[in-house]
Parts: sequence; C-alpha cells; structure tokens
Amino acid sequence: MSNFRMDLLVCGGTGCQSTDSFELAEKLNAEIKAAKLQDEVRVVLTGCFGFCEQGPIVKVMPDNIFYVRVSPDQAALLVKEHIQKGRVVQELLYEEPETKQKLDEQSDMPFYKKQNRIALKNCGLIDPENINEYIAVDGYQALGKVLTTMSPAEVIEEIKKSGLRGRGGGGFPTGLKWEYTKKSDADIKFIICNADEGDPGAFMDRSILEGDPHSVIEAMAIAGYAIGAQKGYVYIRAEYPLAIHRLKIAVEQAYELGLLGKNILGTDFGFDIYLKYGAGAFVCGEETALINSLEGGRGEPTVKPPFPAEIGLWKKPTSINNVETFANICPIILNGADWFKSIGTEKSAGTKVFALAGKINNVGLVEVPMGTTLREIIFDLGGGIKDDRKFKAVQTGGPSGGCIPEQYLDTHIDYDTLGEIGSMMGSGGMIVMDEDNCMVNIAKFYLEFTVDESCGRCTACRVGNKRLLEILTHITEGEAEMETLERLKDLSQIIKDSSLCGLGQTSPNPILSTMKYFWDEYVAHVKNKNCPAGVCTKLLKYHIDPEKCKGCTLCAKACPAGIISGKVKEAHVIDKEACIKCGACEKICKFGAVLRK
Amino acid sequence: MSAIKSLDELKALRDKYKSSVDLRDSGDPESKVRISVGMATCGIASGSRETINAIIDEIRKENLDNVAVVQTGCMGYCYAEPIVEVKLPNKEPVLYGKINAAKGREIVSSHIKNGQVIKDWVVERTGC
Repeated sequence: MSNFRMDLLVCGGTGCQSTDSFELAEKLNAEIKAAKLQDEVRVVLTGCFGFCEQGPIVKVMPDNIFYVRVSPDQAALLVKEHIQKGRVVQELLYEEPETKQKLDEQSDMPFYKKQNRIALKNCGLIDPENINEYIAVDGYQALGKVLTTMSPAEVIEEIKKSGLRGRGGGGFPTGLKWEYTKKSDADIKFIICNADEGDPGAFMDRSILEGDPHSVIEAMAIAGYAIGAQKGYVYIRAEYPLAIHRLKIAVEQAYELGLLGKNILGTDFGFDIYLKYGAGAFVCGEETALINSLEGGRGEPTVKPPFPAEIGLWKKPTSINNVETFANICPIILNGADWFKSIGTEKSAGTKVFALAGKINNVGLVEVPMGTTLREIIFDLGGGIKDDRKFKAVQTGGPSGGCIPEQYLDTHIDYDTLGEIGSMMGSGGMIVMDEDNCMVNIAKFYLEFTVDESCGRCTACRVGNKRLLEILTHITEGEAEMETLERLKDLSQIIKDSSLCGLGQTSPNPILSTMKYFWDEYVAHVKNKNCPAGVCTKLLKYHIDPEKCKGCTLCAKACPAGIISGKVKEAHVIDKEACIKCGACEKICKFGAVLRK
Repeated sequence: MSAIKSLDELKALRDKYKSSVDLRDSGDPESKVRISVGMATCGIASGSRETINAIIDEIRKENLDNVAVVQTGCMGYCYAEPIVEVKLPNKEPVLYGKINAAKGREIVSSHIKNGQVIKDWVVERTGC
C-alpha cells in the first residue's frame, strides 16, 4: 500500500497543458526524486481546475495550498521551499486583484466561492488515467446500484423526478428522452454521447472528458440499462486529442475490470462503448446530422419528426445526450432526485458549467447553480472586465444565442429566463464584450461562422445566411441605407421560421438581439457612417492631432501608402482620401497623436 | 487487473483505494483532526521525517480517516524537535516535543484514537 504523505495535484487539462503543465509535472517529479522523496510525495496529473487564466495550477494536499502560474522553472523552488522546508511559497499564491491579498486556499478565492461542482466534481481531484482513483471516489457505485436494486423504469423515473434537462443547449428533459426511447419497440437500441462541442469558446465537454472520463462512461451504461440498449457511441470531435486519449484509456480500463462488456458486475446486463471521431462540423452537434455522420454519410440534418427516440442510428431507437448531461447522472443516482432538485431553480434544476471567455479577467470554467445572476458570474467569479474597461454585453449560447446588455445583468439565469431576453443557454459558452467591441461587427463575426458551417441542405440557411452576411458587410462598410436595416430584420425572421434544423433556426439570433439592444450602433453605421467603437476599418478616419505631434516622422516612415506628409519637428498630416486605414501610424506613434474616429 | 464480478467486489476495491485519495479531501477543515509536524532544518535534523512517515503509516494501519497530517516550518522550539502539534476539532491544539517514530505511533493510538493526551511529552507553550 502506498505511503504518500503529500499529493501535488497538477492540472493536466488542455488549458494548462498549453502553459507547459506536463513539463512542470516532469520537473517536479525529477526534483522530488533528487530530494529522495519519491516514496513520500507524489505528483498527480488531474483534469481541469477551471481557473485556466492562472494556469498551470498546482494544488498541494493535504496542506490545501493552491499555487497558480507555476512555470516549469519554479519546480525546484516549490519542492525546496514547500516540500522540504514546509514553507508556503508566497510568490506562487493567487493575489486577489482588488485587495492585493494573497490567498492560499481554493475555497477563499472569489472564483471558487460561489461554485457548486457536480459535473466537474472530480476534475482537478483524481487522475483521469487511473480507474482505481475513480473507483476510490465512489466510481461505478451508481451503475452498481442501478443494476442490483433498480428496474429500468425506476431509473427513468428518478431522472425524470430530478428535473435534469439536456445540457447541450436544447434543455429537453433527459428523463423524458429516455422514456420515449425506452417505449419505442425495437430489438436493438443505441445510446449516443454527443461530444461534438462546436460553440466558439465553449470547452466544458472537453474538460469533463479530459478530467473525469469514467463519469461519462458509467452514465452511458446506466442510460443503456434504462432504455434497453447494449451499445453506445461517443461522437467526439477529432480536434480534442487529449480528451480522446483519456477516453480511450478509460474505456480500456473499464473493459479490463469488467465494468464494460458482458455481464457487468455479475448481472445479465452488458454494454459496449465505441468512439467515433467527428471532423469538426458545427452542424453535427444537431442530433440527426450527427447520426448521419456516424453512419458514414454527410453530416446533414433530416426532418424531425421522426425523432431519434423512434428512428435513430441505423433506423433504431436512439437516445442522444450531451457530455455534461451524462456527467450529472451518477450524482443523481447516488444522492437522489430530491437532492438534485433542491439545487437551482424550479424549472431548471441543478448546476450549469459555463466557459468564460472574451474581455474578462478570469478566463476559465465555472459551475454554478442555475439561477445565479450574470453579474455574479461575470464580476464575482469572472473578476470583471479586463483592463478596467466598461462592460457592454455578454454573448451566451454561441452562434445560436444572443447578446445580453447591461440592464439584464441581474437576471437569474436558467433555460427559460435566457430565452425570454432573446438569448439561450446553449452549451454554456459566455463571451464577454467591452466598450471596444462593435456590436455590428460581433453579429458579422457570428454570421461568418454560420455561413461557414451551414451544411447547405436547406435554402433558407444556405442562401439566407449568406445574404445576411452581405448586408452586415455593407453596414460595416458604410454602404447601407436605413431600409437595409428593415430588410435585415425581415430576412432574419424568415430564416428563423423556414430553416430545417436548429442551426438555421437560431443563426439570426446574434443579429436580432444586437439590433434590439444596440440599435443606436446600427444607426450610427448607416446614417453617420461611423463606428462608435472604432472597429469597422472602412468607417474609420485617422488624423493627427497637431498639438500632440512632435514631428518625429516615425508615422510617415511606417505608412505603407506613403500618404503622411510633414517636415521634421513639425506636425504631420494624413491624406484622408488616400488613407488605406491600416493603423500602422497609430501603432507606431509614441505620443498618442494619431487619433481614430 | 482481473474483472470485478459483483457490487461487493467493487465496494471492496473502493475501500482498498480510498486511502490513496484521502489526502485530497479538502472538506470542512474545522471538522478534521490536524497533525502538524515541524519539518524545518532543525526538525529534519532531529528525525522528523521518520516521525511524520511513522504517523502516516500508523493512521493508515488503523484506518483512520478525517485526519490530515501536514508538515510545517520551524515553530521556534528547536530544542524540543521533532515537534508534533495535534489539533482535534473544537479543541485547543496540543504541542508535543521530542517525538521520535515510536512516540509518533503512540500519539496516534492514544491521542487521536482515544482522545488521551500524553501529558509527559507535552511542551509548555511560551510567549503569548
């Protein structure tokens, strides 16, 4: 039996991997060995801690000290000071930006204080490549409980009672989906785990699969038992190499221990899991397109109904659930539906994982109870806006969602409230924008994405979104009239009403919500030919403030068009007609004399 | 690895591996027994590393959970090293001096398990 007295939990998620956490773990191991402490102190690569902004993260247990931004070069310092001499390394602690106070415990940090981790409970706690650690924290107990003490109907009843709704975006009650699939009469049924996470900026599913892959495997087996399926597929995007690697290891280990395969835990129930890699098409997150892709066809949606619960993979009843949805199943089985229902809001039980990105201080992953306000998430957990800029909007729900302005920051968010204010939950991406973001340009960015990702099957989405993008481009280039805005609105509505699948039905949302809340910006672009945020280059006018210009000639030398004139030590002038608006002069000016309006 | 054939076997496996992740339980620190061992230069020179390892070994053997064994820096009682401080929930911490491996094991069985302070080994606190 091991006799370790200290565990160094090093974040091994993709975020911290990109800041060299794997190298750090190696160096820590080398230092520990050099100090001959390898039998007493252990380095464990875990899943994502969520605090990606401050990575790589090292948590020292049982001392409960949370170190941030530990570079591989600091491995020796950490081992020498903390492990050998028992002194906390102050310079590696997290400093609260407002109070400048050093915090050593995770639970004291504003980023973690309001979190309630259910889906992410094992991320950052266990080694995802070691099934024994998962078993040690009650892993596969839920499957055991289900197989030995509950009937399939009872399992479905428990999930229905818990109020769990699909975490992939739609918010459909999971228990009902299972019930419909169970009721469909067929000899073979399938479970699919949708790990085709496509929203820009969202990475919760990846983190769960990287940090706690067994929780998804176990839940898929439970779902299989509940609906009467013996086979499950994980449809995962090929761009997630680390998640695939860990999932593969986890599946292998589960087979070795007989937790997958035939006669699981000595019962008659058997379950197999296969991995299928997606090529990264956004539309394949849509159930029917995913099924087509899984069967080897083009990733195109088909008309619903019939729903996959009746006719799914290989024409057999299929239940498709998202990664985060699965990650909630085992805790519900072990702790009961009432416990789960007690968290969150009345119609949206439990927690939701959000990926914070954009102009926010604490980029990372947070899991909060449903009903938490946007303000709490952005300003308390997220630490507010970068560089003390002013908050302008938050985009939720990815390309299908909308932009939410400041007046709705106190909304208690759940599936329904987000819909009411013109956005949606989506998979939980949250992109924060500040005053330097042009909302028309943001809408254009999302349309570029949907035009790229439209599968081309239905005309509304294929042609319509392209027209929307053209109109937006006209607006940002100052070539639109006021009636163009009306056309934009009408066409958006038509595409929403007439598209075949969720992609087209929601793709105009970024336009409609920005038009609703930031109408002034649209008008400024059209009427005044001006971009208030100073983003749309075609509308910008550069000029040099003669008061501030020292005549250093740097800008004239940098100008690729050669249209800045002036003598040494005299104010320079930009030829506005000939200016190509590249911004080179603004970047090089040391006196802030080049102005953009 | 051989296959697990029943839920009981799975439970046995869980209990077997539980101690390997016990260290990471950050639950409510107030409700935990906390043993701090002085591991500064003075402590290590007097053998505190053997002491801390013996204490951990004893705790594992006795299957005690809810105990966190941590190392700490110099507490200023260099003459009495190895120093071991035991803090039971809602109780004043007790400071022991000159604790070798064998004494460490005895502290676990007497103080942690049965709540009996071993008075002879207690070091009087100085200063405030």
